[in-house]
Amino acid sequence: MKTLSVIAGIFMTSAAAMATAANADTPILTVYTYDSFVSDWGPGPAVEEAFEATCDCDLQFVGTGDGAELLARIRLEGSRTKADVVLGLDTNLTAAARGTGLFAEHSLTDVNFDLPVTWSDEMFVPYDWGYFAFIYDREKVSNPPESFNDLIASDLSIIIQDPRSSTPGLGLLLWVKSVFGDHAPETWTGLNRHVVTVTKGWSEAYGLFLEGEADMVLSYTTSPAYHLIAEGDGSKAAASFSDGHYMQVEVAAKVAGTDQPELANRFMAFLTSETFQEIIPTTNWMYPSVTPKGGLPEGFETLIQPAKALMYSSDEAREIRDVAIDEWLSVSSN
Amino acid sequence: MVKRIFKLTRPTLAGGLALTLVLGLITGTLLAVGLRAEFTGGFGPSDWSAVRFTLLQASLSAMISVGLAVPVARALSRRSFPFRHLLIILMGAPFVLPVMVAVLGLLAVFGRAGMVNSALIWAGLEPVSIYGLQGVVLAHVFFNLPLATRLILQGWQDIPGERFRLAASLGFSTRDVGRLLERPMLRTVLPGALLVVFLVCLTSFAVALTMGGGPRATTIELAIYQAVRLDFDLGKAAYLALVQMGLGLTAAMLALRFGLPGAGFGAGLDHIARRWEAEQPVLRVIDTALIILAALFLIIPLSMVVWNGLPGIAALPTPVWVAALRSLGVALAATAISLILAISIAALSVLNKLQVVGSLGMLGIAASPLVIGTGLFIVIHPLADPALFALPVTAMVNALMALPFVLRILLPALTTTEADFGRLADGLGVDGFARLRLLWLPRLRRPLGFGAGLTAALSMGDLGVVALFAAPDQATLPLQLYRLMGAYRMQDAAAAGLLLLCLSLALFWLFDRGGGARA
Repeated sequence: MKTLSVIAGIFMTSAAAMATAANADTPILTVYTYDSFVSDWGPGPAVEEAFEATCDCDLQFVGTGDGAELLARIRLEGSRTKADVVLGLDTNLTAAARGTGLFAEHSLTDVNFDLPVTWSDEMFVPYDWGYFAFIYDREKVSNPPESFNDLIASDLSIIIQDPRSSTPGLGLLLWVKSVFGDHAPETWTGLNRHVVTVTKGWSEAYGLFLEGEADMVLSYTTSPAYHLIAEGDGSKAAASFSDGHYMQVEVAAKVAGTDQPELANRFMAFLTSETFQEIIPTTNWMYPSVTPKGGLPEGFETLIQPAKALMYSSDEAREIRDVAIDEWLSVSSN
Repeated sequence: MVKRIFKLTRPTLAGGLALTLVLGLITGTLLAVGLRAEFTGGFGPSDWSAVRFTLLQASLSAMISVGLAVPVARALSRRSFPFRHLLIILMGAPFVLPVMVAVLGLLAVFGRAGMVNSALIWAGLEPVSIYGLQGVVLAHVFFNLPLATRLILQGWQDIPGERFRLAASLGFSTRDVGRLLERPMLRTVLPGALLVVFLVCLTSFAVALTMGGGPRATTIELAIYQAVRLDFDLGKAAYLALVQMGLGLTAAMLALRFGLPGAGFGAGLDHIARRWEAEQPVLRVIDTALIILAALFLIIPLSMVVWNGLPGIAALPTPVWVAALRSLGVALAATAISLILAISIAALSVLNKLQVVGSLGMLGIAASPLVIGTGLFIVIHPLADPALFALPVTAMVNALMALPFVLRILLPALTTTEADFGRLADGLGVDGFARLRLLWLPRLRRPLGFGAGLTAALSMGDLGVVALFAAPDQATLPLQLYRLMGAYRMQDAAAAGLLLLCLSLALFWLFDRGGGARA
């Protein structure tokens, strides 16, 4: 009996919470995104407050795993999904996302995106972006590598993420592929000598790096900004590679079957607004896709500026992904 | 017909219902995932190597954990010293920690920058790398040695003190005690202990990958995750999950084949055994050394968790505390569900002498958590908002995952109780709930307390399916911990890990103590 009442209790509390939101006659906009976006320490709470201040609506985030899990969730739910907008896919996923037929074209016109690549896509709207990079501690690594070959020739150790379970992990795979093409397997043979371990996700890898398990970790060029701005610690830096740096562009899209098309359009427009873009740099620790008038927060000017931005188109990325994973597996598994 | 096979009593009915629920959840979710799929491709070579690696690491981990647990449990069973009970409780801690927290603690000792390697470098020796199969096994031994020790220790405690007294009066040497008392006991306990550790390691994923140092250490669960997340190939996920469960089932059948129903020491008067045969200085030294080594192996990494978490604990943000409360609720609900299921299934198994029932109840641990979660999602989503069910579903799945442990603990105890007192109870006509209240609950307090403690603590630390279902404001403590890590806040995450460790241990201690454990 006790069990039943406990379960009933939990059930009723959450039901009551939902009911309050539904009773008030405001329209609800449901946005699916990845988990770290909605966390108390991500952009979610500030974005919700800012949008609700203008929309006369209830913005509800649903968070799930990372970008790839987000797409899997949408595919699982199919046309029955409650989502009005999906926020948090990246260019490695958009080809597959487009293929589901679940997304609609956006209604945005003449937005000037501040991306290192030209962007035109009638379905996916970029809201932030970043470069992958190896992060190191200035106090421990005195001469950081300036290219992949430099890294291979050095005696530095690195921690990377598994491309099968992690977005940055897949990013590194495509980075190596875009620089070395058919010679990627040889590069991986060289890199693997430096790999301490491969983790499931970014958090584990970054945590191990901070514990001193390796000299460098695969992350983003913007990672040092967190330590500098939030912790006042200027010791972390990204190694700038002359090969160029692979980019990740994070996008959002309107769900075709939305019951709130107007509100969804407004939210899509809000994503490129000054308000939203000002929230991004110091909560998601990525570059805003439209630089706010006030510029980037103080501290971002210390970050490295890659000379060359690398990125496959979404169709290329989808095509190359499986080949690159197989190559990596066969070189790394023995 | 049915009546002739089963005595259709209330316990049988409850047991049947419980078993149906468990099997229904496991196979139903698998079916739901499988049916959603268009089967795209068969097994590639990488899938087979995942199966091979899974089998290798799980077998090795089980054998080494249990192999080490036997001498440690024997040492603990025949020595008493201050804080012995506290040590046994603390030893259970690695098992209930979220894996990444425990791995960070482990690496603080054995990692590249860890204590062991720092000492080696200081001494002018070559540092050793922990990453590889040795790392996977080390981590799994770290998680499972305490559990195996507890399970085997229980076996020693179930030998009535009178038998040891008799052995002493007959002038038994340690070898005689080993041959006539301990080995028959181990023969009944070891297959179950091996099975449990094997099953725990079967679904390992993040630990195996991180400690294994790379894709060589790909397990089936990682392949399932890849199939769902990257390829959205649900057919393959279901197929892989089936293979994983097949391995678990095979292991369970083997354990059943080689296990014996009970050593048949008969009932005693519940004295604590005094071990005359072991009162030799040499044995005393060996036992002391064993206990100290095991304690150091488990407690040093844990103290690293405490050390890293302590500075941030006072400043933990409010959402973490709220999540901690939510996790407590889930853990208590999971404990209640799991105890009810376990007693029902154990009753069905023991009263009808159907050992296979007990083994089926243990399948939950071989099921892929990801497939169960996804399957439940597929089933619930068309009917209702999955977020509404996030916490109840999490409690349910946690109960299911803990059920095998509770059954493992409960089954031998109930078998013994029924063998010793069953006929008396039958003769007195004590049946149904009266039997539960008057015979089982009093006799099973200790295993029930241990099982409840284990379930509560496990559920507390499990990230589980909540990540798949929860709305942003429904995060449990483990989920908040991962969110903190994802937001660069490693200091806060370490503090949340410490909070989790304390809460899990407190729950474990309360229940175990409530069970009157004299372990």
